[in-house]
Amino acid sequence: MTDSLDPRVNRLRLDNIDAPFTIEEGENWQAYEVFHQEKRGAHHEHVGCVHAPDPQMALIFAKEQFGRRKKCVNLWVVRSADILAFGLEDEDMFANNMEKTYRDASGFKVMEKINKFKGKP
Amino acid sequence: MENLIKELVTKMADDALILGHRNSEWTGLGPVMEEDIAFSSMAQDKIGHAWALYRMLQDMEGGQDPDQFAFLRPASEYKCCHLTEMPIGTYEFSLMRHFLFDHAETVRYSSLLESSFLPLRQLAQKVKGELKYHTLHADAWIIQLGKGGAESHEKMQAALDSCFPLAAGIFEPGPDDGGLSDVYPGEKVLQERWMENIYPVLTKAALNLPGEVTPAYGGRYGQHTPYLHALLEEMGEVFRQDPAAAW
Repeated sequence: MTDSLDPRVNRLRLDNIDAPFTIEEGENWQAYEVFHQEKRGAHHEHVGCVHAPDPQMALIFAKEQFGRRKKCVNLWVVRSADILAFGLEDEDMFANNMEKTYRDASGFKVMEKINKFKGKP
Repeated sequence: MENLIKELVTKMADDALILGHRNSEWTGLGPVMEEDIAFSSMAQDKIGHAWALYRMLQDMEGGQDPDQFAFLRPASEYKCCHLTEMPIGTYEFSLMRHFLFDHAETVRYSSLLESSFLPLRQLAQKVKGELKYHTLHADAWIIQLGKGGAESHEKMQAALDSCFPLAAGIFEPGPDDGGLSDVYPGEKVLQERWMENIYPVLTKAALNLPGEVTPAYGGRYGQHTPYLHALLEEMGEVFRQDPAAAW
């Protein structure tokens, strides 16, 4: 019988290593993505993830993980599995063709007009 | 009157310091990383409450330096209740203690929001949000584990059975009781409010309160379990090497 002072070692059930390993209900936790809101009205921004048995616990964990260092007024958690994303192999869809730079918002030169409107030189 | 307030503030401070120290013993050993961080952070909150209360004592007649007062008294001068002194035991024991204690803190500080004693009223306003999180965390775990299957339920029930008489000792009628009606409503009233708050959570968790309970009294009069002595030895070990050092 392994009897370590460290509970994490005891939880590994090293005393019965040959027994078939089963994952009991509730043991396999979900990952939740955490979104942090710095002030009221601001966007919630993705800051990382936590593991938790349910959304309520995820929110509770997220508060200490991500809410106590910088200013925070609210948090969201979303089950990572509920996020629909493109596959990595689809990255080519986002490639910009050279001749389409006119679609690039940064291409518009408006500061001159704005400054003129404000009466600056 | 001022002596009675000192009794009240001292027992609150000692409870927070000793349980804060106990809970910090889980740091690095918590069941999962997220819980380890949350529990450690709440232990730090408790040390913060203790610090604020010791500062309050310092500002009163004959007050002492908070560090000296916290680390150099003999065990018989501490006023913490036995619940806070017990070793961390199993995680379910520590969680149950956290649940019962922080609900008691919540009713105590809520009552202090209307205290005639300004420093306690101000502190109550300050710690309100922290305690809200502590009980949210505790309630979620108690319900989750109370309903987490037969083995989990059995462990939580055993934890409640062993913690409950100790927790009843939080409300031991102390030397301060009865003479401070403007400052706080007294232990008996707090205990009733506490029961009203914990009962619905325990019901949701399908846990039963033990029938016959002998409250663990004595702490408020300086009578402690042997565990406190060992804890104080360890907690003050570094401080005692050079009590005048600046940190």
